[in-house]
Amino acid sequence: MAATTSLAVGPLAFVADACGALVDADERVLLVADLHLEKGSAYAARGMLLPPYDSRATLALLAQAVRRWQPRLVVALGDTLHDRGAAARIAQDDLATLAGLQAGRDWIWLTGNHDPDPVPALGGTVAAELALGGVMLRHEPRPGETGPEIAGHLHPAGKVRLRGRAVRRRCFVSDGRRCVMPAFGTYAGGLNVLDGAFSPLFAGRRFTAHMLGAGRVYAVAGHQLSPD
Amino acid sequence: MIDDTSPPPDVLPPRFAQWFAGRGWTPRRHQLDLLALARQGQSVLLDAPTGAGKTLAGFLPSLVDLAEGQPPKGLHTLYISPLKALAVDVARNLDMPAAEMELGLRIETRTGDTPAHKRTRQMERPPHILLTTPEQLALLLAHREAEEFFSGLKRVVLDELHALVTSKRGDLLALGLARLHRLAPGLSAIGLSATVREPDDLRRFLVPQQLRPDGTIGPAMAAHVVVRGGARADIRIMEAANRLPLAGHTALHAMKPIYNAILAHRTTLIFVNTRMQAEFVFQELWRINDEGLPIALHHGSLDVGQRRKVEAAMTSGALRAVVCTSTLDLGIDWGDVDLVVNVGAPKGASRLMQRIGRSNHRLDEASQAILVPANRFEVMECRAALEAVADAAQDTPEARKGALDVLAQHVLGMACAGGFSIDALYAEVVSAAPYGWLPRETFDRVVRFVATGGYALATYERFAKIREGKDGLWRVANPRIAQQYRMNVGTIVEEPMLKVRLGRIRRSAPGSPGAPVRGGRVLGEVEEYFAETLLPGDTFVFAGEVLRFEAIAETDVIVSRTSPGTDPKIPSYAGGKFPLSTFLAERVRGMLADPAVWGRIPGGVADWLETQRRKSVLPRRDEMLVETFPRSGRYYMVAYPFEGRLAHQTLGMLITRRLERARLKPLGFVVTDYGLGVWGLADIGAALAQGRLTLDGLFSQDMLGDDLEEWLAESSLMKRTFRHCAIIAGLIERRFPGQEKTGRQVTMSTDLVYDVLRRHEPDHVLLEATRADAATGLLDLRRLADCLSRIRGRIVHKNLDHVSPLAVSVLLEIGREAVYGEAAEEILAQAEAQLFEEALA
Repeated sequence: MAATTSLAVGPLAFVADACGALVDADERVLLVADLHLEKGSAYAARGMLLPPYDSRATLALLAQAVRRWQPRLVVALGDTLHDRGAAARIAQDDLATLAGLQAGRDWIWLTGNHDPDPVPALGGTVAAELALGGVMLRHEPRPGETGPEIAGHLHPAGKVRLRGRAVRRRCFVSDGRRCVMPAFGTYAGGLNVLDGAFSPLFAGRRFTAHMLGAGRVYAVAGHQLSPD
Repeated sequence: MIDDTSPPPDVLPPRFAQWFAGRGWTPRRHQLDLLALARQGQSVLLDAPTGAGKTLAGFLPSLVDLAEGQPPKGLHTLYISPLKALAVDVARNLDMPAAEMELGLRIETRTGDTPAHKRTRQMERPPHILLTTPEQLALLLAHREAEEFFSGLKRVVLDELHALVTSKRGDLLALGLARLHRLAPGLSAIGLSATVREPDDLRRFLVPQQLRPDGTIGPAMAAHVVVRGGARADIRIMEAANRLPLAGHTALHAMKPIYNAILAHRTTLIFVNTRMQAEFVFQELWRINDEGLPIALHHGSLDVGQRRKVEAAMTSGALRAVVCTSTLDLGIDWGDVDLVVNVGAPKGASRLMQRIGRSNHRLDEASQAILVPANRFEVMECRAALEAVADAAQDTPEARKGALDVLAQHVLGMACAGGFSIDALYAEVVSAAPYGWLPRETFDRVVRFVATGGYALATYERFAKIREGKDGLWRVANPRIAQQYRMNVGTIVEEPMLKVRLGRIRRSAPGSPGAPVRGGRVLGEVEEYFAETLLPGDTFVFAGEVLRFEAIAETDVIVSRTSPGTDPKIPSYAGGKFPLSTFLAERVRGMLADPAVWGRIPGGVADWLETQRRKSVLPRRDEMLVETFPRSGRYYMVAYPFEGRLAHQTLGMLITRRLERARLKPLGFVVTDYGLGVWGLADIGAALAQGRLTLDGLFSQDMLGDDLEEWLAESSLMKRTFRHCAIIAGLIERRFPGQEKTGRQVTMSTDLVYDVLRRHEPDHVLLEATRADAATGLLDLRRLADCLSRIRGRIVHKNLDHVSPLAVSVLLEIGREAVYGEAAEEILAQAEAQLFEEALA
C-alpha cells in the first residue's frame, strides 16, 4: 500500500496526501483548504489564551507539502484566515514564511466565508472560484453543481468504530464527482461526514472517506462510518 | 492529644447544659474538649468515627460564642461541606438546638441552588452561620466585597475533611482557607474527619504554615481531639453455598442471600463499586422480589429528580433497601439503616469503614455489615479488608501536592476580588499546607499563565486577562473576564455526558439509515465514551431495565425498551472507579504466600490456590509472578503485580509497545485489579527461554522514560487529563448545557491544543500540571513506578503448557472488560481492508 491514495475528481487524477492536501502530480498543482490562520489569537481576544503556535504549525505543515511536491501552482480553497482581524494579528515571521513559499510559483487564494475580502499582505492572487482542468474549485460546495467540484468549508471528519474502539480523523470525502477537502489548519475542528450538512452533496452513503492517518491515508467506505 | 483520664473541662454554659439535659443527653467528652480548645481560639482537628456527634461538636463553640451577649452583625461561622445536600441537611439539624435555646441566630445555606436575590441579600445582611461548599467559597472570595464580608469571621468548620483533601477540591479549599486566614486574622478552623492514616496532614491543612525568611516552610498544626473505638462493626463475609466464580463482578450467586438479609432488617444499604453493577444488582433483586419490598436504585447517572425522590423516600423510612454507588458514601443521615451490604471487593479499608459507618448512626451499637465477594480474588481482598478493619488500620491516600491548574483558577479569582500584590499572594498561597512545596519561580509562571497564557512566544500582551496596576496590584483586565471566572469556577470536570432518551428510529425503507424519533422520557445520562462503544441493536442495562441502543442524535442517546427477558449484550461492568489500595494489595499478596491462612478464606479459595501451587507457582510476598503459556493458537503472558487496574492499564500499554518492538506481535491485553494478561502471535515463553527477551528488561523502570513519553503523545487518557487541567486552569471554557447542540462537532478540541503545546512548549506550566495529574490519576504512574522498583530482580517466571488457575481469573475478563492495545492506525487499516474485500467480491 502506498503512502498516498489516488483520488479522482471528474477528469482529474489527484493524490491525497496525509497532511490533508490534494496534489495533481502531473500538472504540479497543490490544493489545500481551510487554513484558519490566527484561530488561536482569535480565541485569545475572547479570553481563551490558547497556545499561539497554530499559524506557524499550519505553515510548517504547508511548507513540508510544498517541499515534497514542488508545485508550480498552489490553490487555497478559502478560510485561509480565521477572521477579518487575523491579518492584523499574524506575526511578521509567519508572513515571511508564506512569502518564501510563494517564490517561484503561482499562488491563488480563493475567498471564504471567514475571509471574504482580499488581504494584500498575504501576496498571491485572489479569486472567488477557479476552474482547473474542468473541475470547479471553490470554498463552499454548491449542492446544485452538476459538474465536478472540489471544495472545503465543511471540515469533514470520519469516524470508524471497530471492536469497541472509535477512531475519528479528518478526511477527504469524495464520490468521484465531488470532493470536500479536510481542514488543513492546526486548530480547525472537524464535522462528522454523516452530519446533515453533507447530505445535499452526497446521495446516500455512496462516498468514500479518505481518512488521514499517521503518514498515510486510509480509504473507508461511507457505510462503514459512524456518527459522533 | 487530650488525656482522657482527667476530668472533663467545665466549659458548657448553663443554658447549654440544660438543653442537653432536656433532651436526655450527656455532652460527650470530645465535644467538651473541643469546646475548651476552640474557646481558647485554637484550631482543632476532631478525628472520630461516624456516629460520634461530630457535627454538633463542630458547631458547639460557635453556638456558645453566639449565645454570649448580642449576636454580632456580620458572619461569625462558615461551614464547608463536600456535598450541597449535606450542607442543607446540617443546616436543618442545627436549626433545632438554635431554636430550642432561643439563640436568635440566622443560619443559612448558599449553594448552586440558592436564588440570586437571596445571594444578594446574604452579601448585604450576612447570616451568623453560613453553610456552603468549596466552590461557593471560592466564588465568595472572588467577590468585590469579600474583604468586608469575611473581616469579622471567627470560625470555619470543615466537614468530611478526610474526603475533601484527597482531591483538587481540597486544593481549592486550602487556597480559600489561606485567604480566609488573611482576611480574618482572628479566625480559627475546626476540621471534622473520619479516622485517617496521617491525622497530622489534616492538622497542618487547618492552620497557616509559616514562610521563613530562608524560604522554607515552618510546620504549624491544629490541636487534635481523637475519639477512638466508636461503633464496633459486626462484619462478615457472605458464605457462598458453592465455590465462588473465578472471575466476574456480578455476584449473581449472592442475590438470594442478600434478599434474605434485606427481609431480616429494617433498612439495608447495598453498596456497589460501579453504576453498571448497581444496575445489575437492582435488576436481579427485583427479579426475586416476591414480597414486593420497596427496593430503590441510586447512582450519579440517574436523573436528578429521580435521585431526590429516592433520597426523600429513604429519609422517611419508606424503603427497605437502596442499591447505590459511592454517591451515598458521605455523611448524610439517610434514616434508620441497620445493615450495610458491600457487593464486590471494598478496594480500600478506609472506604469500607466509611460505608459501614452508614449503618446505625449511634456509637454504642455495633454496625452490621456483610461483604459479598464476587470472585475468588475478591474474597481474598474482602478477607484482607476485614483484618484491616479489625486492626483499625487505615489506607487513606497520602497528602496531596497542590495542583497548578487549581492555583491558576485561584489567582484569577483573587484578581477578580479587587486585586492582589504578587508577593503577598505568594506568601498566602504557600501558607496553605498543600502548596508548601511551591517554588516562587513556579508561582510566577502560573501568574504569567493566567495573565497572557505564559507562552515563550509572548504575543498575547494585548489580550492579557489580568494586569498589574500602577499600585502594584494585579486586577482583571475587564468585567468579562470576571464573568468568565464565575462561570468556570470549581475543580469538578464532568466527562461529556449524553442524555439517555426513549425513542425509536423511523425508517423510510428497510435497511435505510432512518431518522431518530425523539420526544420520549429522559432516563438519565451516560458518559460519551461509553455511548461511543455501542452499536445499533446493542442491549445494555440502565435505570433498572434492559434498553436497546438505537442511535446518537445530537446530545441524546436514543434507546428503546426491550421485551421482557432480553439479555443485555454489553458488559455490565465498566471498570471500577477506585483501584485496589496499595495497602490491601500488600495484604492479599501476603495471603497468597501463606498457605496457613487459606483455610480461613471461604468460597473454594484454598483448593484454587493449592491447585495453583501444584500446577504453577505461588509467588512470595515480595515477588511478582509471570506465567507464559499457549492457548488455542495464541501465546499468553500473565503477570500479577496487584497494583490496581489503572496502573496495570498503563503497564499494559507500555509492555505491548516493548513486545511489539521485540517483534513478539502482541494483539491485545486485559487488566484486572490483580493482574495483567497480554496475548499475541509469537511465543513469549520461548523468547524468554532463548534469552531473546528478559523479564527484568521487559519490566525495567526505564519504560517510564522514552516509551512513556512516546505513548503519552497519543494516549487518550493523557488527553483527557489535559482537558481537565485546561478547564480548571481557565485555558478553555466548560461546555454549557445547550451549547453542545450547536457546537458539539466543531468546538475547539483540546486534543489539538494538547498536540500543539506538547510540540512547541513541552515545559509549559499546564503540561507540568497534566503530568502531575497523570502521576496519580487515570494513569497512576507513581504507583507503577513504585511497583517496578519493588519487583526489580524479584520476577519469578513459570512457563506452562496450559493456563494456570490464577491466570484463568484474569483471562476470563476478556470479553467483559474493554481490551486495549489496538492502535488507532490498526483500526483504520482494518476498515480499509474491508473496503478492498468488497471491491474484490
